[in-house]
Amino acid sequence: MITKMKLQFMQCSILFLAVIIMVIGIINQEYESVFNKAINICLECIGIG
Amino acid sequence: MVKKFKRSIVQCLSSILMNANIAGFWRGKIYTGKSKNLCLPILNCYSCPGALGACPIGSLQVSAGCSTYGISFYVLGFLVLMGVLFGRLLCGFLCPFGFIQDLLYKIPFPKLRIPQKLDRGMRFGKYLVLAFLVLLLPLLFADSYGSTIPYFCKYLCPAGSLEGGIPLVSMNKPLQATVGWLFSWKMFVLAVVILTSMMIYRPFCKYLCPLGAFYALFNRFSFYRYYIIQNKCTGCGLCSKVCPMNVETMKTPNHAECIRCGMCKNKCTQNAIQVKKIRNFKEEHYEKIYKK
Repeated sequence: MITKMKLQFMQCSILFLAVIIMVIGIINQEYESVFNKAINICLECIGIG
Repeated sequence: MVKKFKRSIVQCLSSILMNANIAGFWRGKIYTGKSKNLCLPILNCYSCPGALGACPIGSLQVSAGCSTYGISFYVLGFLVLMGVLFGRLLCGFLCPFGFIQDLLYKIPFPKLRIPQKLDRGMRFGKYLVLAFLVLLLPLLFADSYGSTIPYFCKYLCPAGSLEGGIPLVSMNKPLQATVGWLFSWKMFVLAVVILTSMMIYRPFCKYLCPLGAFYALFNRFSFYRYYIIQNKCTGCGLCSKVCPMNVETMKTPNHAECIRCGMCKNKCTQNAIQVKKIRNFKEEHYEKIYKK
């Protein structure tokens, strides 16, 4: 059973954690690997190789 | 009726906006602009010629091998952020493949009702897909260079076949020469999903979608949520009857399977299902009544 206080605490904690994790990823320039994959045709995705 | 139509408009606009590189479809080439640094919050293949952003599930798999920590913090953080803000509202309103399944279900065709026990069991399938095909296998079988096979994309994803495979292979002649058994397999999976979508409401979302599974984990905690107003609800059960995802809305308004389509909200004659936050309202109030 979740009370309103508990719920708000959980929501804010998860939100804070998500932002921290994302910022770490951005600092590590992980978006580059996402970009490199996304600008080339993914042969596995389309069922070629 | 008007509200239901509004959701279809939002879904249609979202599908077009996320795949707005229209020229890519007849050129048989994908978009390579800077916006592909960004993940989309829904399942939309980055090899779709129109796609302007990256697929989070595809990105999560490929980054498993090359990331220092075995998982991309950038993608994971983004998905958790979307999950806690919106939950499965994204499935119901923004996902293009969900929209396609919605349209397919509208086709007059014999509808299939899955027995409740079997349905509940099959719904775990999407968590298994997320755990094994998306997270574990790419992590365990990455080679020394950090490259790995995106198992979900390669063997299962029907969105990739529909949005990427068919348009690219049909417009790109060098690709046509390389078509083999894998393409046939993916077309088979796509055909099965299309056929079952005409008989069952959103079968892929219910049983197989790893992104749906991920957002389902946050549905109970997301900022966007449903509330049942206790003194307005008569307990008629109409909300549960109309729910296409088979959720008992009055008992669990924030169930993991709820895609926030709003059918229950629109159908409720007492206006007892609300989205906005209500002061001093405790969610368990209504649950207590039904447990008696």
